[in-house]
Amino acid sequence: MNTPMRVILIALLAVSMGACSKKVKEVSPPAVVATPTETVAPVVIDDGRYDASDLDSDACLRQRVVYFDFDKAEVKAEAQAVLACHGKYLKDLPGARMTLEGHADERGSREYNLGLGERRGNAVSGALQANGGTAAQITVNSYGEERPTCSESSEDCWAKNRRVEIVYTKAQ
Amino acid sequence: MHATLKRLLGLMSCCFFVAVASAQTLSIDIVNGSPSARPIAVVPMAYEGGGLPLDTDISAVISADLNRSGQFKALARDDIIEYPVRQSEVKFPTWRMLKQDHLVIGRVLDAGAGTVRIEFELHDVATQARLLGLAVGGRRSDLRGAAHQIADFIYEKITGVRGAFWTRMAYVTSTGLGKNTQYALMVADSDGYSPQVVVRSQEPLMSPAWSPDSKKLAYVSFERGSSTIYMQELTTGSRQILASFRGINGAPAFSPDGSKLALTLSQTGNPEIYLMDLANRQTTRLTKHFAIDTEPVWMPDGQTLVFTSDRAGKPQLYQVPVAGGEASRITFQGEYNARATIAGDGNKIAMAQGAGNVYRIAVLDRSRGGAEWTQLSPGSLDESPSFAPNGSMVLYAAREGKRGVLYAVSVDGRVRQRLVLADGDVREPAWSPFRQR
Repeated sequence: MNTPMRVILIALLAVSMGACSKKVKEVSPPAVVATPTETVAPVVIDDGRYDASDLDSDACLRQRVVYFDFDKAEVKAEAQAVLACHGKYLKDLPGARMTLEGHADERGSREYNLGLGERRGNAVSGALQANGGTAAQITVNSYGEERPTCSESSEDCWAKNRRVEIVYTKAQ
Repeated sequence: MHATLKRLLGLMSCCFFVAVASAQTLSIDIVNGSPSARPIAVVPMAYEGGGLPLDTDISAVISADLNRSGQFKALARDDIIEYPVRQSEVKFPTWRMLKQDHLVIGRVLDAGAGTVRIEFELHDVATQARLLGLAVGGRRSDLRGAAHQIADFIYEKITGVRGAFWTRMAYVTSTGLGKNTQYALMVADSDGYSPQVVVRSQEPLMSPAWSPDSKKLAYVSFERGSSTIYMQELTTGSRQILASFRGINGAPAFSPDGSKLALTLSQTGNPEIYLMDLANRQTTRLTKHFAIDTEPVWMPDGQTLVFTSDRAGKPQLYQVPVAGGEASRITFQGEYNARATIAGDGNKIAMAQGAGNVYRIAVLDRSRGGAEWTQLSPGSLDESPSFAPNGSMVLYAAREGKRGVLYAVSVDGRVRQRLVLADGDVREPAWSPFRQR
């Protein structure tokens, strides 16, 4: 197989692999890099792997909050896609580290909610590990109901407070 | 990190606490009253010393204490028409006409070096008997403390139950939202006066718990980034880290003899109840369940812990022997029961009880062998009950609008008062044990 063809195939493969999680970076089309020289410049080929700059630019990775139902710690279907991106990021950058900050709404007792926040953090940690992250990359830190983002006693506000925030402590 | 080093670091972070500082005062509104309250007249006390006039109205403090208990109705100051100071000056027909059961009179004398001696008498109006004739000493700078002690004597003489006015409460305040929130752990007199800052932090503070001698508080602080249990001497401000394991370090509770701490740790992956020997800091695990087990509190005999667990699906209260063994469920009414507080005799357990979106303070009374329930608060987001050391009242936190306020309620639920801080969110009241005279 000649080199230009291989580049195109790799690129196609990357597109299909990344379909569920990440789009190929907007670089020049593969045809342009197909130079007649023997050496292929790998830097311009997107291999489908995340790099640290994607944390700020990738639409999926920029989503860092996962929401939960009342007194529940199950990761909802709507959060799976985001957690797949972050799990893949952890896999692609084994040096990356994150803290999962678990939170609860104000209903119920404070120490129980500290446990609930941790349970939510653990659920997110499990989902990230299922998507390629490792336990060593993830720290769960529960704040219970002590750090609300919203202080009204209403369902809208409670829903915003029942969350896990993904905080990267080391990008790569 | 080495344990001693950790402790040293804890001691060094002095910027987070100040031993003494004054803050806003709580005010008290009586929400409702009890028809069975006993009428009592507390006559203003004469200052018979030679110094500057006293800055505290001692009889007003005593009257407010007695009113707050729900057991008494103090005669309003405007209705007092005679001012006897000694027994010989008392005209009982006057107080009978005013329909008073009891009369308190007294005088304040100088006792040297900034102290006073308060002599007081309690009289039974019907029998004209002198029930008490005592003197209480105190510093001029703490006349409220002396007044609370007098209220305790009066309360005990008439009701037969030890008074708990000369006690304190710890509570947590927060102001601001999000990253700008300021948290403070406070201690005030049981009537909300003389608030002092114990710890101030930009990170959450939680779960204050008194040592049985009232000299120390254990609490949870996030100042190191995650939950950590500290123990702090109130008079010196010196403190040490008791628990900073991986995961949750929460819900500290001193044993009745002060030798152990019950606490919640999630180092094994989910919250479990542990015991810590305070002499050597060794921990022993008491529960083993994949559910959330937390909020341990001690039965008065120190043999049993009551705690919250959602092992049956929703949080309920369980008990477990301190020596180890199986946990057994004790609450079977209400879909959500958590954060127990136990009255001195061990028969009454108050808790936050939830049904739908309404959380109230409820009391489970097991004194007659069964399970009798009383609701103490109207809801809808009431939490963190804490019994007075004599079991006569419960402090708890409620939401009003966007902020938390504290309430004190009599254990029969009939008299309730709100204690309001000038601004900010107030929560997690913890009533101190009795103080040693």
